[in-house]
Amino acid sequence: MTQLQGAAPLGATVVAEHGPTDPRDQRPVRGRKKVGIGKVIAWIVMVIILVITIFPFYWMLRTALSSNGALYGNSTSLLPADFSWGGFERVFGLQTVDEAIAQGGSGAKLDFWRYLLNSVVVATCVTVFQVFFSAMAAYAFSRLRWRGRNAVFGLFLLSLMVPVIFTLLPNFLLVRQLGLIDTLLGIMLPSLFMAPFAIFFLRQFFLNVPHEVEEAALVDGASKVRVFFSLIVPMSAAPIATISILTYITSWNDYFWPLMVSYTDDSRVLTVALGAFRAQSPQGGPDWAGLMAATLIAALPMIVLFALFAKRIVNSIGFTGLK
Amino acid sequence: MAITSPGVAHSAPNGRTSVDARRRRPDDTKLALLFILPAVIGLVVFYFWPLARGIWLSFTSWDLLSPSQLIGFANYQRMFADPVFWNAVQVTLWYVVLNIGIQTIVALVIAVLMQRLTQSTFVRSLILAPFLVSNVVAALVFFWILDFQLGIGNQMLEWIGLDRIGFFTSEEWAIPTIALVNVWRHMGYTALLIFAGLQAIPANLYEAARVDGASETRMFTGITLPLLRPILGLVLIISVIGSFQVFDTVSVTTGGGPVNASRVLQVYIYENAFAQFDFGYASALSVAMLAILVVVTFFQYRITRAGQTDLN
Repeated sequence: MTQLQGAAPLGATVVAEHGPTDPRDQRPVRGRKKVGIGKVIAWIVMVIILVITIFPFYWMLRTALSSNGALYGNSTSLLPADFSWGGFERVFGLQTVDEAIAQGGSGAKLDFWRYLLNSVVVATCVTVFQVFFSAMAAYAFSRLRWRGRNAVFGLFLLSLMVPVIFTLLPNFLLVRQLGLIDTLLGIMLPSLFMAPFAIFFLRQFFLNVPHEVEEAALVDGASKVRVFFSLIVPMSAAPIATISILTYITSWNDYFWPLMVSYTDDSRVLTVALGAFRAQSPQGGPDWAGLMAATLIAALPMIVLFALFAKRIVNSIGFTGLK
Repeated sequence: MAITSPGVAHSAPNGRTSVDARRRRPDDTKLALLFILPAVIGLVVFYFWPLARGIWLSFTSWDLLSPSQLIGFANYQRMFADPVFWNAVQVTLWYVVLNIGIQTIVALVIAVLMQRLTQSTFVRSLILAPFLVSNVVAALVFFWILDFQLGIGNQMLEWIGLDRIGFFTSEEWAIPTIALVNVWRHMGYTALLIFAGLQAIPANLYEAARVDGASETRMFTGITLPLLRPILGLVLIISVIGSFQVFDTVSVTTGGGPVNASRVLQVYIYENAFAQFDFGYASALSVAMLAILVVVTFFQYRITRAGQTDLN
């Protein structure tokens, strides 16, 4: 590939530069001179992939709105089999035990409002504290001058390499020693203080804020603390929003850690509740309508979040390759 | 982690800082300590301390109730003689090979298709959607779709004249099925990472190649693949590390079964800790997992030369 030599030295660093850029800024892809057979086949493959991607979401909805009895006779129609809100009613504990069992539920007490609330509390607290503390650290690593800065930052980078699994068992023991088993605080605690990735991510943006702006504020007598809160943070609102959304999604979807810590409804989050729901199958087969209703409830907030912020999330992907 | 660090540079050269700023320079240390305090607590208490404690625990015998006892290498001796452990290693490796192999190829296809066909954010969003729901949700939806009796997946197999498959209930299908479920969840995300890499390849290379009369295939193998290699390497390292840590999908569908067919390492670790209350042995298994990850990452890094690029 000798003819490559004239190319701009872009290299592996370019991934980093794919920030919230407008996709229209990207260089245009080849002109459409010939709409050949190749292009038609390519579109067909693309559509098939999109259908595979989206179909399970639809099937979740379709099943959630069916009634269990009818699913046995009609497991293939695209519309709900014998439309019913029963699945959702069971999941939110709106049916009596007898009703639930009659409709193919397990009759076990379910209270998804509770789990939904727990998930919201955990994801919200983790996001707020983690992003705030990570932003503070990122500020110290990017805009403050102090001895040992690079060495300490190196330690944080090192922690990016520690696989999560390895910290889970000892962290469980620590949370147990603190008496926080089966509490929401116990679930949140390990991720409240920081995430190495968030620090890393925000530092890149803080480094980019022009020094002139900061110096002008300092000359005017502002303290460095004030510079952080009223200058750096507002100027980096977009990346802070991005990392917040990503943190929220990650926290919401976490399963392994909450599974270790939570034992009762007090601290059960949606993902764990789903696993438990699936495990308590009634006689005569699972309560599919209820299970899919529950699954949909767990997925819905993320789908809504995504619908609102799709562009921001999609455009941040170049960065999150580290995650 | 090299891909982002050099991307951004200081905008002002140090020599031109104002007198005022220079006077403040020594003062920053105290403030900096204050600013990194929460993060350092998090780092020490929830990353480094557990790391040390986990290694320490692997040399003990502990059931949480009685005091822990130091037992030297007994846990490791037991591990090397434990057929379930070796089976778990095999099952995990088989999972990783299937998961990563299929996922990378599918993602590469999607990325190239997107680059050629459409830059639309809408399409990219659709492609990414599965990544936003949890592993548990993805697992349960496919648990239903691939149910032996009622699942639409098995109905479709019947329509095209094939036999029904016990996707989650047969020993040979359990791991491939779980691997495919996770391919579904991650393929769009991986595709977008590769897509970002494709965007970085200078368009004039393709122009030049076209002027020289190169075919699409020739351009793909001659330009796209070699220039994509560093990014593909990083994507692979990240996804392989994630893939080794599979747990959620197995836990909510097969639970490790049938028999031991899908008992991956993490599930085995979890069972030893929370069903057998054998924290010492579970910790030794975690150390084995860590060792495997370190070795795999090291060799991958060497083989893919992920840190280097052909672009200059």
